Amino acid sequence: MIDLIDMVLLLIMIAVALGFVFIRNLFAIVMLSGIFSLTAATLYVVMDAVDVAFTEAAVGAGIATVLGIVALSLTGKTDEAPSTRSNIGPFLVTMLTGTILINATFDMPNYGDPEAPIHQHVAPRYIQQSGDEIGVPNIVTSVLASYRGYDTLGEVVVVFTAACGVLALLGRRRRPGRRPKEKIGAGADAETRQ
Amino acid sequence: MIGKSILRVTPKVLIPAIMLFGLYVQFHGDYGPGGGFQAGVIFAAAVIVYGLLFGTHKARRVIPPGIVRFFLAFGVLLYAGTGVAGMLLGGNFLDYDVLAHDPVHGQHIGILVIEFGVGATVAAAMITIFLTFAGHDRPLEDK
Repeated sequence: MIDLIDMVLLLIMIAVALGFVFIRNLFAIVMLSGIFSLTAATLYVVMDAVDVAFTEAAVGAGIATVLGIVALSLTGKTDEAPSTRSNIGPFLVTMLTGTILINATFDMPNYGDPEAPIHQHVAPRYIQQSGDEIGVPNIVTSVLASYRGYDTLGEVVVVFTAACGVLALLGRRRRPGRRPKEKIGAGADAETRQ
Repeated sequence: MIGKSILRVTPKVLIPAIMLFGLYVQFHGDYGPGGGFQAGVIFAAAVIVYGLLFGTHKARRVIPPGIVRFFLAFGVLLYAGTGVAGMLLGGNFLDYDVLAHDPVHGQHIGILVIEFGVGATVAAAMITIFLTFAGHDRPLEDK
């Protein structure tokens, strides 16, 4: 039964991915990316990774879709027409990379294999000691926030940097007829205008 | 949105529920799925829904950009500051054991504080990105 659900979800994802390739309407593509994320989130739920599914649904299907729509309002709703020149080179590179990647998956351990390296390294210690050392029922939280606190700090800094980058690039409103230099000190900060 | 009563009434029902759920995910992440990252995104979603329906100008009035930027930096500083606090109390960076007399209690405090830092930064970042993108009235032009 689980296999059937997995298969249906993966087929939906493949269909959506094909939609990305063939659809030229960017609004439809933003919606498709939301559907892709939501399907992926469902897949994570099936794999019992509820925390990851939660993040995927909130970020991928929620925020990213909204940001995509808002970005479309700044650019345009249709992609450029496909170029007419030959795409055989990029096609070959893509096919080669894809073949190598698919070939590499045959060496991966099966899903849920207890002998897999990921389950042999530090995971057993986390699972056995988390209750005594951290005392938090959700082991995912204890790993993210405590055992792997450095990594999470790095992620937060990445999010912080992303927001800073957006502010630096788009945070000041451009007004027609004004050079970017003049608006410094002229009270033209985007945020001061209501 | 004037005259579109469904769009005006629905958020009044939805937004408080979204915010409450965000707080639940924030502070219940130790016990169930969720944590600061998801909570921040959910909390930001409430503001984004408001901004989408009533316009970014009104959203800016509800949550002034200065406050958003404060929390953007505050979250990262709170997280890193918790690590430094652990060092000052004689432990390693981001070692929560020393934050309380009992190591497990210290871990609880540390996780609660840093999850709040994560939530604050993520929510502020999402709100900032949305308001900055949506605040442009006219399309960008290629230079």
